[in-house]
Amino acid sequence: MDFQLSEEHRMAQKMVRDFAAKEVIPVIQEWDSKQEMAPHFLPRMGELGIMGINIPVKYGGQGFDYITLGLVCEELEYADSSLRVVMSVHMGLNSMAVLQWGTEDQKQRFLVPQAKGEKVAAFGLTEPDAGSDVAAMTATAVKDGNEYILNGEKMWISLATKADHTLVVCRTDMNADKPTSGMTAFMVENARDGVTSGDIHGKLGVRAGSTGWVNMQDVRIPEENRIGEEGEGFKISMSCLDNGRYTVAAGATGLIKASLDASVKYAQERKTFGVQIAEHQLIQQKIAHMHRDHEMAQLLYLKAGWKKNLGERNTRETSLAKWFATEASFNAASEAVQIHGAYGYSDEYPVERFLRNSKGAVIYEGTNEIHQLVQAAYAFGWRKDRPLRKELPAFDPDVWQE
Amino acid sequence: MKIVVCVKQVPDSAAAIVVEDGKVNWGDAPIVINPWDEYAVEAALQLTEKYGGDVVALSMGGDKAKEALKHALAMGCSEAILINDPELAEMDASGAAKVLAAGIQKVGDVEMAIFGKQAIDNDTGVTPAMTARVLGWPMISLISAVENIADGSIKAKRFMEEGNQIFESKLPAVASIVKDYSDPRYPSFMGIRKASRAEIPNLTAGDLGISKPENKVKWFGVDNPPVRDITNEKIEGETPEEIAANLVSKIMEEKVL
Repeated sequence: MDFQLSEEHRMAQKMVRDFAAKEVIPVIQEWDSKQEMAPHFLPRMGELGIMGINIPVKYGGQGFDYITLGLVCEELEYADSSLRVVMSVHMGLNSMAVLQWGTEDQKQRFLVPQAKGEKVAAFGLTEPDAGSDVAAMTATAVKDGNEYILNGEKMWISLATKADHTLVVCRTDMNADKPTSGMTAFMVENARDGVTSGDIHGKLGVRAGSTGWVNMQDVRIPEENRIGEEGEGFKISMSCLDNGRYTVAAGATGLIKASLDASVKYAQERKTFGVQIAEHQLIQQKIAHMHRDHEMAQLLYLKAGWKKNLGERNTRETSLAKWFATEASFNAASEAVQIHGAYGYSDEYPVERFLRNSKGAVIYEGTNEIHQLVQAAYAFGWRKDRPLRKELPAFDPDVWQE
Repeated sequence: MKIVVCVKQVPDSAAAIVVEDGKVNWGDAPIVINPWDEYAVEAALQLTEKYGGDVVALSMGGDKAKEALKHALAMGCSEAILINDPELAEMDASGAAKVLAAGIQKVGDVEMAIFGKQAIDNDTGVTPAMTARVLGWPMISLISAVENIADGSIKAKRFMEEGNQIFESKLPAVASIVKDYSDPRYPSFMGIRKASRAEIPNLTAGDLGISKPENKVKWFGVDNPPVRDITNEKIEGETPEEIAANLVSKIMEEKVL
């Protein structure tokens, strides 16, 4: 067993950390207040190669492994959750699905421009009345010759108004024995007639990010845009979540570290009763908890990333990492506000943003209640992972970096 | 053109510095490339992108100095060389200049040797000029822009407090770069991969055909800066004008002005 990151990992981690420190942290408070995504974030992430970090070079990416993806997400969310969300949807929920399930033609048409950062990708599963209960989905896709006609609305879609491509899941068989076996995945180009989108304002957190809705009215897309087989949409979307949740877990780990660093700094500056508040044991306890949780969250997501590198199924490990890290990041951000006292309650310090941002992740990509059920089901032996028709490819440096 | 860019490994600028028993202790601060040297690497890369050629990154020190060289490689330098010889440890700036000059000559056919304007650890800022002296090349310091390189000459702009100075110098020359030149690029992911796999050759004093230069400067010790007794006082008043007036009175009273 080796707990060392490779030199390549550490250099990539530092590069993203430097980018976030120089170009994101100085301006993020302003954009968070405006409730807008800074216009330069996505182009810069594309130029720097971050948007294709773990996609093979032959598909326009940088050819790094899945662990690097986690490290990148951790560094991005250290600065702000909105940047990690970009990686969750563009990479975890969309690009990695094309890598796993797409045909060679789809990889060339969709994955290559996405990995180069020329096109931005989103994921549309959730609907106004269908979140954790995916079977309640009402969006439909009806076959018409060599095309499908899509109708329906997807809600709470990250990058809804920024994306060029959205991977949506619709019902194609209303008479299927189980609703989940009548679902199919499609790549929809957002420029197609009948696709409209908008952003939601007034969110509690991730205010510097784009979250919105995507509406489809008689959208005609060619059969070649169907990802996987008809009826495979539920399995595909669950495999997407294995990747999206991985990025959420890694990002939440970065949020714990951000809360920890801000708290350590403040506790050594602020004095009460004639001493630094760092001298008070209850403050030390909060710092100790944050450090413990950062270490644990990191170990959990790195284990999931290690399994991804090997090409092994990691649904259980990823779910555990997401559940633990997001819950711990919410606690860490809350305690960071507590350590900052009244100042933490204002936007003079970043910790109030950390707390607002941390709440979303315990809800999306499977609520933490769902993850507890998943973990219990594995523990009881009620849940078993069956092989998929196409598994996420294992990381192979020789092939990926050709 | 062939450019050698000299880089140094230093503790992170955010490190907490402690002086113990007359010696500086950086604690467990991460070791990074000297931030000023990143500007030097950027300048070298931009010059070769415009005029063609290669950039060789050169450093001296122990194995840890390889981190700085790998950073330079990841930014785009084509080659890296480390002068790594325990015999050459603990040298003053004049000694370092002699070793670096020997390294630059070993590379051969070098038209420019570029440095950052200073290193953030010792902050002497004299190594570039001393290296130029050893090489017998012109020293062009504090360069903020290069206007042109042609016919064995460089036309460049120096940054000075009083303004800018445009000048021309013959090549080869030693240059030091200031941050106005251009923001350093981030290492590319492709560069990171290349750097992480690079085998960086170690050169010894013997390889360079030199013996350890004698130090001219001795450090007898380092002291912490004196602890300043600072008290905070909030200047108050009913109106902004009254606060300003009270502040002025206080400043005059304390003889600050």
